[in-house]
Formats: sequence, C-alpha cells, structure tokens
Amino acid sequence: MYRYDEFDQDFVTDRVAQFRDQVERRLSGELTEDQFKPLRLMNGVYLQLHAYMLRIAVPYGTLDSRQMRKLGDIARRYDRGYGHFTTRQNLQFNWPKLSDIPDILAELASVEMHAIQTSGNCIRNVTADHFAGAAADEVADPRPYAEILRQWSSLHPEFVFLPRKFKVAVTGAERDRAAIQVHDIGLHLKKDENGRLGFAVYIGGGQGRTPMIAKKIRDFLPEEDLLSYSEAILRVYNLNGRRDNKYKARIKILVHETGAGEIARQVEEEWERIRHGALKLPQGEVERIREYFAAPAGLAAKAPSASLASARQADPEFDAWVRQNTFPHRVAGHVSATISLKPIGGTPGDATADQMDVVADLAERFAFDEIRVSHEQNLILPHVAEDNLRAVYDGLVAAGLATANAGLVTDIIACPGLDYCALANARSIPVAQRISQRFGDIGRQREIGELKIKISGCINACGHHHVGHIGILGVEKKGEEFYQISLGGSGDENSAIGDIIGRGFSTDEIVDAVETIVDTYIARREAPEETFLAAYRRLGQGPFKEALYGTA
Amino acid sequence: MSDSIITANDLGNGLVVFLTADGGWSQRLADARVVGPDALPEAVAYGKAQHDARIVVEPYDIEVTLENGVPVPVRLRERIRAAGPTVAYGEAEIAERAALSKAG
Ligand code: SF4
Repeated sequence: MYRYDEFDQDFVTDRVAQFRDQVERRLSGELTEDQFKPLRLMNGVYLQLHAYMLRIAVPYGTLDSRQMRKLGDIARRYDRGYGHFTTRQNLQFNWPKLSDIPDILAELASVEMHAIQTSGNCIRNVTADHFAGAAADEVADPRPYAEILRQWSSLHPEFVFLPRKFKVAVTGAERDRAAIQVHDIGLHLKKDENGRLGFAVYIGGGQGRTPMIAKKIRDFLPEEDLLSYSEAILRVYNLNGRRDNKYKARIKILVHETGAGEIARQVEEEWERIRHGALKLPQGEVERIREYFAAPAGLAAKAPSASLASARQADPEFDAWVRQNTFPHRVAGHVSATISLKPIGGTPGDATADQMDVVADLAERFAFDEIRVSHEQNLILPHVAEDNLRAVYDGLVAAGLATANAGLVTDIIACPGLDYCALANARSIPVAQRISQRFGDIGRQREIGELKIKISGCINACGHHHVGHIGILGVEKKGEEFYQISLGGSGDENSAIGDIIGRGFSTDEIVDAVETIVDTYIARREAPEETFLAAYRRLGQGPFKEALYGTA
Repeated sequence: MSDSIITANDLGNGLVVFLTADGGWSQRLADARVVGPDALPEAVAYGKAQHDARIVVEPYDIEVTLENGVPVPVRLRERIRAAGPTVAYGEAEIAERAALSKAG
C-alpha cells in the first residue's frame, strides 16, 4: 500500500502547524471569518447546518486498519461517536469543535492522512474502483495512476485556482464501478492490441444542476502520457472555462458549449506542445509507484474452500450474504467482501466508532489489512480468503454490519440532506430509511434484484440521483419538502442521466410512489433476469407514468 | 406583525446559537430574544457587530411564530437547524433500530 514519502509527510506536518496557528488567530479574534474561511476550506473545514464539519480525504478509497482505527478514535474523542462515508470515498465528521481541529489533523497526519483538497476550486481527491487491485475482471490496478495524478495535482501552482472544483476518477476494468463518465476527467485503463497499457479519456461529465455524460475525446492514451495529457486538458479548461458564472464554470459546460470535437482539438494541440517535455512518465516511475500497491505478501491462489461450502449449506443467511456481498477476486480461493453500511432503516454511509474498530480488526486478522471505501457508501474488504469468510461474517454480524443487500433496493445512496447540510432543500436520510423499511424483507429484495436508488437533498446531486436507476431529488415547494423522481439513470459503463417522470411527491407520498414503480417493473419484466434498468430501457416511461399518475 | 430572532454559529465550537435579550448568545431556542419588525434592523446590526467582533459566525435573522411564548421558526430548515437532525445518529441510531426490530 502507498506510503507517504518524506516530502508528503513534511508537507502535511507543515500544513497542520500552519493551520493550528491560523485557528489560534481566528479564536483569539485576530482573523475575521472572511479572512479565515478560505483557509479553513483549504483544510477541509466547512460550516454546516448545525456545526463545523471536517471532510477527510481517503485517496482512491484505500485505508489500512491503523487508519480506520484512528478514524474511530477521532470519532470517539472529538466527535459524537460516528462518521459518515460519502459518495466521494471521503469521511465526514459532523460535530468537531474548531478549537479541536488542529489536534484532529495532527492525529490524522500520524497515520498519513489529511483533509487537503477536499474543498475549493482545485483538483479534488482522485477516486477509483473500490475493487481495484482485487477484481477478477480488472486489466490493471488503477490506483497507481490515481496516486500519480494526486502527486501531480497536489501542489500544482497553475491549478490551485481553477474556475471551479475538478474531479478525476479512474477505473481499471471494463465494467465501470467508479462512475467515470460523470466526472470532469474519467480514465478507463485498458490495453491496446499490442498489450500496452493506456487510457480511454473522457471529459466533461458531471452531475449537479446541469448533468452531463462525459465525452470520450481519446480512445487510447499511452500510459506515459497521462500527466502531459491531463495537463493539456486542465490548461484548456483553466484558460477557457467560465469564471463569470459559478453555475457555468465546470468543464462540462465548456465541453457542451464549445463542442467535444473542438475541445478535443484544443487539447491535442496543447498536448503536442508539451508531450515530450518534463511530464512524460518514465517507466521506472510508474513501476516505483506500482510497487506501493503491490498485492499483499501471502496473497496466493488457493483451492476452493470446502469449509466455506459446508458453512454455506448449513446457514442460509450466511449463504445469502456470500451470494450478495462478495465479488470475484483475481486470485483463486479469494473474494472481495462488501460491508454494507445500509442496515434496514439506518442512515446510509454512517458508521460508529465501535464499528470502525471492528472493521479494522477484521481487516487486520482476516483480510491482509486492507479496507476500501466505495462511492456507494459501503466499506470493502478487498482481499479475503474463502476460508476466512465465515469468521469475517460472524464479526460483522456481531457489529450489525452484515446486511446482505449489496446492490439491492435497500443499498440506497443518500446525501446528508437537510438533516445536516446547509445547502439542502429537503431531507434525504429519512426518505432512505423509510424506503429501506418498506423493502426490508430480504426475500422481496432478492426477488426485485439489482436496483440502485439514489437520493439528493438538493440540485448539487451529492447523492448521485441523476444516475440512480430510481433517482430522488428533494426540492422545496411552498415551504414543504417535495421529491422529484427520475428513472433510468445509470453510472456505469453505459452511463445515462435519468428522465424526470412527472410532478413531484410529498413526504407522505414518496415511499408509495417508489413502491408503485417497483411493482410496475415486477409486473412488466420479461423474466426475473431482466433488471429494472433493462426493463425501463425496453419499456420507456409509459407504464411507470401511467402507474404513478393514471392515464389522464 | 411578523416576529424574528437572530441566529448564528458559535465561533469556537460551531454550534447553533440564538441572540438573547441581554445581548448574549444561547444554544436554547427558548432563550432567544424575539423582535418585531421595528426592532429587527437594530438586532441584525447587533448580530453583525458580534460577527465583526469575532464572537459568532454568520449571523442572520429568521422568521418565527410564538407558541406558548416560545419562538418556533417558520421555515423547516430553521426548525431542523434549531433542534438538530431529525434522525438519530451514532449509537443512539443503532439502539433505536434494535428497539424497533424487537417491537416489530
Ligand atoms: S446534494 Fe445538496 S443537500 Fe445533499 S449534501 Fe449535496 S449540497 Fe447538501
């Protein structure tokens, strides 16, 4: 796993000392809020609806047990005993005191973590497939490239004040689990016909007020050109992106208004100028970084586990969990296990300090000390030997973490919404909880099959509602919460923005409306194998509209 | 006619506070000084001065109605901001779900 080099460590330590001084000056009255606000934002400190909020970066969602334990420790000592994992593979603490934050950052620095680049108009924390380095269907681990991008972007003086924030995602598999097509830059790591590694490059995707699917501007970019090409994209954006209007400042608007073809031409032109310069990645450098992400020592192929087979046979609930929450691993005899942070009726993405400790312990004892945060707000143990699955499961059951619902209707993404967020128009969490309860029966969930519900409390779309199979957007209408439904969105390799189905629903109506949609799907699907998304794409809006609003 | 109170966040701990009758700040909504339209500009100016004096952060006025003498914010957002999240969190949330599944 990646370790800070000395440079990173010094930088982060300096940053903590600097911020400690700034906080002291703020508390003593020397700095005004206007002076302090940009400083706190650079360190991940927001002022939310009820309190300050600290957003901590988890680069490409990768953690070890020591880091997870530290997060639990911070939750317990400085916050209210829990934290919230977000769709950006970050962790948010909702109640830190400003006066404690320098100490929290120092604690984080002691385990090579920080809160830099989690806010502001810079290149944000790079996200990656949560099964990276483990998935059977992966061409190569995307994280070394995410790390190379992180190092390049961290301190890049040219890109500290972009027109707007900038998000990059990388996937190393054909099946996109990192939603790269709704990012400012999406990179799909693949091999060309000669077996060379490189990327398909997408730009201009995004959600928010104006959702856009990214455009592919290059089918194959050789690996060594990653930074020069990214720099060319950023330069074109930095120069031409709109700074006059916050709502039009993302690169998606530039790509949309200028046209993908013209933007691609400008990028290629800029790239021609710089591609042979200092940004070319020497092969040795890629290898050096790759070593940090090498598979854990001892991860070796094993015969299929006999004990697992008999344990599954003996316990249907365990069997169901294995079926739903594990994913094929590239090393025989192993799987990746999803730890659902979506208990029935719970708050999506929340984990208590004790639960963080349990996950850390299980990772350390049974999973090569690796943990991931998924953008679907779950945790992952990427490398688990089949022989150890039962022990992992038992540990999770004891901590209330063994809900067998990965990818099912109750595996809902929800942003903090009006319960926490200062920008929200409506609540997200209670809607997620009520839907989860409505569909709580596990037999029913399995009958429904794969179905992704995603909920945002305002148009900023942190809950990814645009790409939910069923997307729910909270709005305020005449002082009341209302919920607008969109159908058919998807954040995978066939990304699509959902279609708004019609007028919105009140708080009282929304859960019934979702159930009506699900029932309509069940009634109209050709076979149980036809997923909700497939059925919607075949049927269109018609039957769902009719079921929701009648024929008029 | 319409009544208002002044709210802000405490500078040090970030928690929601309300301007009180004696010019201080309280975390309790019930302590808030309720002002009518005539007194509002002066109260807003006082809040701003407290912001400038680095005592609170981002003060603003919200509309309230009085119920049994206690101010209740008109907007849902302000009611939630004053009372805290409408959902349980942390260990309390786990306990609540456990109780629910026992009852059910
Ligand atoms: S979508 Fe809106 S309400 Fe939800 S977290 Fe983002 S800004 Fe807040």
